[in-house]
Amino acid sequence: MTNSARLQWVYAWLLLSPALVLLVTFTHYPAIKSIIASFYSTARGKRQSVYIGLDNYHTLVADPVFWKVLSNNFWYAVWTIPLSIALSLIMALWVNEKLRGLAFLRMAYFTPTVLPLIAVANIWLFFYTPGFGLIDQIRGLFDLPEQNWMGSPNTALYTMIAVAIWKEAGFFMIFYLAALQTIPPSLRDAAAIEGASKVYFFRRVVFPLLMPTTLFVSINAVINSFRLVDHIFVMTEGGPNNASSLLLFYIYETAFKYWDTAYAATLTTVLLMILTVLAIGQFFFLDKRVHYK
Amino acid sequence: MNGATQSRPIFQLDRALNTFGAWVLAVLWLLPLAYAVWTAFHPGEYETRFDLFAPLTLDNFADAWSQAPFARYFLNTVMLVTGIVAAQFFLCTLAAYAFARFTFPGKGILFSLVLVQLLVMPDILIVENYQTMRKLGLIDTIMAIGLPYVASGFGIFLLRQTFMTVPKELDEAARVEGCSFLGVLWRVYIPLAKPTYLAYGLVSVSAHWNNYVWPLIITNSVETRPLTVGLSIFAVTDSGIQWSIINAATLMTSGPLLIAFLLFQRQFVQSFMRAGIK
Amino acid sequence: MLTSLLKTASAAAIATLTTVGVAQAVDLEFYFPVAVGGAAADTIEALTAEYVAANPGVNIEAIYAGSYTDAGTKALTAARGGKPPQLSVLLSTQMFTLIDEDVIVPFDDYVADADKDAWIGGFYPSFMENSQTGGKTYGIPFQRSTPVLYWNKEAFAEAGLNPDVAPATWDDMVEFGKKLTKKDDAGNVTQWGVRIPSAGFPYWMFQGLSTPAGAILANSDGNEVNFNDPKVVEALEYLVALSAEHGVMQPGAIEWGPTPKAFFEGETAMMWTTTGNLTNVRANAPFDFGVAMLPAKERRGAPTGGGNFYLFKDSTEEQKQAAVDFVKWITEPEQAAVWTIATGYVAPRPDAWETDAMKAYTADFPPALVARDQLEFAVAELSTYENGRVTQALNDGLSAAIAGEKSAQEALDEAQAAAERILRPYK
Repeated sequence: MTNSARLQWVYAWLLLSPALVLLVTFTHYPAIKSIIASFYSTARGKRQSVYIGLDNYHTLVADPVFWKVLSNNFWYAVWTIPLSIALSLIMALWVNEKLRGLAFLRMAYFTPTVLPLIAVANIWLFFYTPGFGLIDQIRGLFDLPEQNWMGSPNTALYTMIAVAIWKEAGFFMIFYLAALQTIPPSLRDAAAIEGASKVYFFRRVVFPLLMPTTLFVSINAVINSFRLVDHIFVMTEGGPNNASSLLLFYIYETAFKYWDTAYAATLTTVLLMILTVLAIGQFFFLDKRVHYK
Repeated sequence: MNGATQSRPIFQLDRALNTFGAWVLAVLWLLPLAYAVWTAFHPGEYETRFDLFAPLTLDNFADAWSQAPFARYFLNTVMLVTGIVAAQFFLCTLAAYAFARFTFPGKGILFSLVLVQLLVMPDILIVENYQTMRKLGLIDTIMAIGLPYVASGFGIFLLRQTFMTVPKELDEAARVEGCSFLGVLWRVYIPLAKPTYLAYGLVSVSAHWNNYVWPLIITNSVETRPLTVGLSIFAVTDSGIQWSIINAATLMTSGPLLIAFLLFQRQFVQSFMRAGIK
Repeated sequence: MLTSLLKTASAAAIATLTTVGVAQAVDLEFYFPVAVGGAAADTIEALTAEYVAANPGVNIEAIYAGSYTDAGTKALTAARGGKPPQLSVLLSTQMFTLIDEDVIVPFDDYVADADKDAWIGGFYPSFMENSQTGGKTYGIPFQRSTPVLYWNKEAFAEAGLNPDVAPATWDDMVEFGKKLTKKDDAGNVTQWGVRIPSAGFPYWMFQGLSTPAGAILANSDGNEVNFNDPKVVEALEYLVALSAEHGVMQPGAIEWGPTPKAFFEGETAMMWTTTGNLTNVRANAPFDFGVAMLPAKERRGAPTGGGNFYLFKDSTEEQKQAAVDFVKWITEPEQAAVWTIATGYVAPRPDAWETDAMKAYTADFPPALVARDQLEFAVAELSTYENGRVTQALNDGLSAAIAGEKSAQEALDEAQAAAERILRPYK
């Protein structure tokens, strides 16, 4: 071993250590700690936390709210991920086309990224409000009856999904737009000369070139489908009867409203497991499709 | 070009349809902002009535301003976001440099530990991070809001990708001229990664400016609360939602960022392009 | 007016000081939440400042801790971390949780026996239901409220009803509601008869039905609930029928936030909401309105709500004594009147309503008296050990029945079973 190699190690470790310390403290340690805590009871007053084996997991399996929340989160992901990605791609294509009013279009699509969801949720609440809310005012023009969108278990989750898509699409658009602009215009001209239709050109040339972006954006969309719960705090608080509650919101309620930190840790562990499965899947996918390394 | 002449009418119809669709979507997307502007500048009774001749007023802004310490919340958010972004730039740069240009044992494992954070974000580890902050005595501090996000897996990953594209020759040339490790980082890598910093900065600023759940949990006082938490406390009262005042508060506090982003949009897109986030 | 009241208050403070005599050299921290906008925070700070000015030996730092939830979280966190405030105003329903966490102590030990009847005994008994358990007093009522019925007099007149008479019974409310519900040519409702908000935390408004039906939801030990009592079922069936059968209320869960707006907009002719809304409705209703007690079934009844003072355990004896003295002062009639007039909360003691300031206030604005009169019939807000969970079990059941997913009986049986499971360790 040479001296310079050893020096490299020392430098590398010095450079890495501040970031690693924080990363371990606030990501790896709490993740492992959650798993450990899920095998203990919650300490309350004079009662200490004790090891209770799989009790929390038994509670979890028997907890109808947990299953409800899990299935809600599944549908939330199933709708928000593809729809927000598809919409963002369409937006980017439009903006890239230099349509009339380009500046206005770009601003309109991008605005939700900058407005805090927690504040805008109040506005969405007005839109959905039965009777005098915006949607019902418009429906009223067509003599349609009022609809209690947020107050019905059948539609409450979809009101949340719509808000999430609205929030995300413009943000993802920026990434697609950047990618589209790196596609050389000569490619399009060549395709036009060859007589290829726009659809064909998009399917065979543009879309494959956008693949890395799609992967990047989809990772973000997946994370957001577990993370984006701000609007629930304002709009439905998970109701009615947990119809619009999501996993992270339930974790929050359990930990900071019911003060049951052990059960919250158990729920966190489940979320970690879901993310791990997704991560493994995506790494395989990433490795195959994109050569990041 | 010749092909296009032949199909001009179809091409134009196609373009018109696209323009129409784009505008419809844009109007839909702008509705919440439009509604916020409408209510903020009109008296409360026009919250649900859209009358062209409704009187204009600035009272809602004055009311919002007097009812909650928004200046303080704004200051807190600015301190929080600049603190996070500065710390992220610093820590992620060092770590990314190590991953991009050094060989050392354990590199692969450490890098995968970093990648873990791309999915397992601090946002979902609120319960345990709260306990940690309590042990550190940092509850209800601005530092506690930012700390879990500072060592960002995304930032390290992104900068590493950029640093790896820097030609080795530049690196070596700088070294021949007598630059130290850090000197090379400062003179060669960082200047070349400017677009990446800008792009990453944009993502980070918008994420932390709007972050809600973690700050809600970890802050308890006016001195630490960021805007999002301040706005949510302000909006929730026994007397129901007063959209005109809440929206005035929202516009007032989001306005600066909104304008800044609108002005620099083009530059952002370009920096994304050059940063190779695609 | 406020300044003159504060002057009276400070005069009273000095009077208190001379009777208490000894000035303690102690520092106190005091957390308070605010659930209504405007003057509430300023008023508490002003009152605290008055007290401190009059009592040089005591230094009290009043800390605005955000909403009720924030204040609860903050106080509990601080207590677990070993640095609690000495005093805090928190939800009255958190009493059992705070006892369970072993962070509060009863007031009894710091009140001279001679004062007990006059002071602790001087609050409305319905407020004390949420403040006492096991023969001890853990909470002192401070910012308390109760739900009442607001009605639009113009809409009543238009529907051919006497605009000055509110529905007195459940049957009245349905009957009035039918007359008040208006439809357009297409058959769509343009004005509902009544609006009882049910999203988020439906249990509170629901207690305005279950209490008149003759049921009490939880025992005073906080470890037993009666969610599937036939009378509770009857109350839920009535609530569901308002939309499903009688068509006088909007179907589905009804949000809290837009409720006052719906009333102002004529979207509903009657609404149930907290007395905390009085000032808001007075300022913003574009029509004449009335305020009434909730309608009766077997009896009149309503829950109370809001916050109590709690005394935290982890402090010195001197601090506790000083804290109790302060609470005693701030709940005295003069100070209670200042507080009520500034915020709209219900003054928690009969003698506060006898002060000149309150008499002037109620003469000017008689609806404020409705809340007081209802207190005679009011009961404790639902509060048990594991309060968040138990309440959520009931909320879920109520929502399921309102949405038509389950029958009232089925929903409440499930809520009862869930609550019993949660409360088992506390029996």
